Amino acid sequence: MSDDTSLNLFQQQEANRRRTVLLVIGFVAFFAWLGFGGDYIYYLSTRDAPSTVYHHVFPWFGIALTVIALLTAWYAYATGPEKVLWSTGARAVVDPTDPQEKQLVNVVEEMAIAAGVPRPRIWIVDDPDPNAFATGTDPLHAHVAVTRGLLELCNREELQAVVGHELGHVKNLDVRLMTMLAALVGAVALMHDGATRILRGGTNLGGGSWGGGGGGGGSRGGGGKKGGPLLAILLVVWILSWILAPIITQILALAVSRKREYLADAMSAQFTRNPLALAGALQKIEGAVAPTAAIKRGAAHLCITDPLGRRLTAHEGLFADALATHPPMAKRIAILRGMGYAQLKKEGGGVA
Amino acid sequence: MGGSLVLLIVLVVVVGWLIGAYNGLISLKNQTLNAFKQIDVQLKRRHDLIPNLVNAVKGAMEFERSTLEAVIQARNQAVKVNAAGPEGIKQISQAENALSSALQRLMVVVEQYPQLKATGNIGQLQEELTSTENKVAFARQLYNDTATQYNTKQQQFPTNTVAGLAKAQPADLWELEDQAEKAVPQVDLSMKPKV
Repeated sequence: MSDDTSLNLFQQQEANRRRTVLLVIGFVAFFAWLGFGGDYIYYLSTRDAPSTVYHHVFPWFGIALTVIALLTAWYAYATGPEKVLWSTGARAVVDPTDPQEKQLVNVVEEMAIAAGVPRPRIWIVDDPDPNAFATGTDPLHAHVAVTRGLLELCNREELQAVVGHELGHVKNLDVRLMTMLAALVGAVALMHDGATRILRGGTNLGGGSWGGGGGGGGSRGGGGKKGGPLLAILLVVWILSWILAPIITQILALAVSRKREYLADAMSAQFTRNPLALAGALQKIEGAVAPTAAIKRGAAHLCITDPLGRRLTAHEGLFADALATHPPMAKRIAILRGMGYAQLKKEGGGVA
Repeated sequence: MGGSLVLLIVLVVVVGWLIGAYNGLISLKNQTLNAFKQIDVQLKRRHDLIPNLVNAVKGAMEFERSTLEAVIQARNQAVKVNAAGPEGIKQISQAENALSSALQRLMVVVEQYPQLKATGNIGQLQEELTSTENKVAFARQLYNDTATQYNTKQQQFPTNTVAGLAKAQPADLWELEDQAEKAVPQVDLSMKPKV
């Protein structure tokens, strides 16, 4: 059985590596499409213009956006964990004096031993709501953060279980994919906001490059002899891509994170041999309804429970399945309880 | 022509599998060794911690001299046996189990001295001890899991055919001696610091 779980772990790591690469490729391809698509539309619209007017031949936008996307992806990979931690206002626990922090450090060390990974760096988010998340690119460069609220609320065993859950994410390389996603979602949101501002101002900025694009759109009727319908479709799809970019990345973030929570729960149970502790912790966290103010939308999918306090996680169903970052808490607790009782039964049988 | 091609493909598949199985066994072997080292590290930590603990409680626990002495003795025995290295895993685990039960008795006794618990120093030491005990337990757990995986791999068909080639020997598991040892986590429960 342990053989089977190790195989699953290996496959899980492989799958996460592959998904991260696919995510980056998808990200770059999407920006290439935005750039080169824009170039092509611009090219079609200026093709039949009089020779005195600017003709867009060299795909500047495409090259520029692809390079920007590549740089962003590289930057996200290199600094993603820092950015995530920075966005939550976490502070590193280096030399703890406070008994609570000392206990946290001990618990993380214990779980790192149980998981067989190097000790991650430990962070505390000064937020009264109980929550925890892990980030990093691999087990050697991993970070585990918990909120002050979690330290206050949970007893030692429950804290251990929560940290075990986070180290589960670290060990099977969920952190790499999820941190990358968080960083890229942030980048897309940022670029989208910037681009929207430029585009909006573009009509007034006649001489600007994007303004030129807008002007080109106006002369589309002239160029419509050959590429009319194609141009129109391209333009619609292209504009839709711009508008939908943040939504698509958000949905992606939701889709990758839910199944992982069950897996990390199971790994925590494997590390602590105490699934009921995690069940207890989840129940306590669920009971604290307040949203985690310090953790924003971009990093929501990294947390052990939805930090935005969305009640979607309370139900199972198509709607919740499509929109929640986390599986229903009741189901997670039920699964853990099942593991706990199975364990008790087995131990009871062994003694008798 | 077609026959030799099929033969070649079969050969490539077999050789590929051989390499994979061999490397898998070697990797598990090293993981097992590494996990054993990890137990060792944690046991050393524990041995270093015990004198501090005993010193901290000595003054307040004049009446419990025998409990303290049992801990010190068990600790010294464990340190001595530990020098034997991986071959003496049976003796090491016996000595460490004896130390665990001695420590456990001490912690139960400490619980009965409220004035001792009231000083922050003891609270910290208790947390350290809990953590050390947990670290030892988790290191053992990891070792046993890895060793079981390694043992299963070398006994299962068809990997067992490569086991000789990889010089794979079944690794000894770290045995739990008695029911008292199994009860250690329950002591951890009672040692939660008050928050």
